[in-house]
Amino acid sequence: MEVQQHISQQYNKDLKSIKSNVLSMGCLVELQVQNAIYALLNQDQELAKEVSVSDYKINKMEMEIDADCAKVIAKRQPAAGDLRLVIAVVKIITDLERIGDEAEKIGRYAKKMALKEVAAEMHAELSSLGSKVMTILHDTLDSFARMDAQQAIKVVASDAQIDDEFNKISRLLLTHMMESPRNIKHMLRVTWCVRALERIGDHSQNICEHVVYSVNGKDVRHVHLNKPHQGD
Amino acid sequence: MMNKRSEFDVEINDTKGTPFIDNAKISARNVEVFYEKKQAIFNTSIDIGKNQIVAMIGPSGCGKSTFLRCLNRMNDTIQSCQIRGEIKLDNEDIYARQQDPVLLRARVGMVFQKPNPFSKSIYDNVAYGAKLHGLTSNQVELDDLVEKSLMRAGLFNEVKDDLHKPGTGLSGGQQQRLCIARTIAIDPEVILMDEPTSALDPIATAVIEELMIELSKKYTIVIVTHSMQQAARVSQRTAYFHMGHLIEVNDTNTVFTNPEHQLTENYITGRFG
Repeated sequence: MEVQQHISQQYNKDLKSIKSNVLSMGCLVELQVQNAIYALLNQDQELAKEVSVSDYKINKMEMEIDADCAKVIAKRQPAAGDLRLVIAVVKIITDLERIGDEAEKIGRYAKKMALKEVAAEMHAELSSLGSKVMTILHDTLDSFARMDAQQAIKVVASDAQIDDEFNKISRLLLTHMMESPRNIKHMLRVTWCVRALERIGDHSQNICEHVVYSVNGKDVRHVHLNKPHQGD
Repeated sequence: MMNKRSEFDVEINDTKGTPFIDNAKISARNVEVFYEKKQAIFNTSIDIGKNQIVAMIGPSGCGKSTFLRCLNRMNDTIQSCQIRGEIKLDNEDIYARQQDPVLLRARVGMVFQKPNPFSKSIYDNVAYGAKLHGLTSNQVELDDLVEKSLMRAGLFNEVKDDLHKPGTGLSGGQQQRLCIARTIAIDPEVILMDEPTSALDPIATAVIEELMIELSKKYTIVIVTHSMQQAARVSQRTAYFHMGHLIEVNDTNTVFTNPEHQLTENYITGRFG
């Protein structure tokens, strides 16, 4: 449903600008994650380096949006849907910033790992995990852009796939480490990258939960969204 | 009887939220108010709990003040005004034939938008009602009552040396507290407040709001306010009126974070119009 406009045009503009800034921040985060994964899989040292030094842009946006939200709260005392939007945004940008940190981390490890060959089997697994994470992140930002609680709930449920994949790769890495202890240092770096990807999934899940709160006022954190729960 | 319905007919047949509660101090059922042929309130039912502060909000002309005035029969003074339905105070029909409106108004006091102290001394302003209703038997008791009422209204310390100066010489905020002292001097059970702070500055407003919260320990308070933030700050329950219909009643937190009705959401987020 298209929500009516505020009587105050400036208030409309303020909220619209906050929303579009979150989306710009989301685009930037998405690009960072995409580049980090590409650099990791293709041993692109240049790109890895770029990812590892670009995080400041995301941090800056987080601070700017935070300040804008504080300003709207101070000036407009938002209520109901507007209040939930502002609260959700403050939380969403924290998760986005953390996703940026994880991408930066992957970039840093990718830089060090670039000279090492990632075993072919591992490559396929990493690639599969990477693309799942990208899909989830993309759908998450999409659900925010459309304020689509249904889509957000679906994304939350799909995070289980990431967790499965993460466990699978962890077992694989353990086997590799046992088979060739000489490569343990390298394998540990891969482990940290995989861990970072899994965390990106978790942060996306959080963002989706904030979207659900913003849209229909339900706090769905710490409940299993794929199971029916009381009150619905 | 079929009512003449508004353009929002489909959406607002029933009041959303929780208009009814157990152990209500005031129960209004199917209240309808007409000014001659114009209907001002449509089929409104709501309970007001003991020691609760209930805020009534809504755009100008939505009927919130009209409804408030029904609660102590202030509308009786308007010739063309007709009221249907039932309003009970402690299970007692306030519109029953044997009910004396003057005694009712002693139980259900009212504070108005503009401070309206009598052009008498501060002391006499507070003592007036008590004398009228014969609440005290001697001067000492009356002095005591005046002091206690001014104290409870948070005004005593500011005026204790000027009790015999005119009440109209006080500042706006002090005058409003004087009116509150005058109201509570006759020990009502319910206090109705019709935009009690709209003529006051933010500091005086904060003082009155603090006072309301304090007073709600002893009295039941119904407040009509144009300031949504005020409703959010002081009340436990909020009722939203729109074009004579009671759209939603919910606990205040719900109304301001996640209202049930789209019209409530539109109004409190500033989208009404």
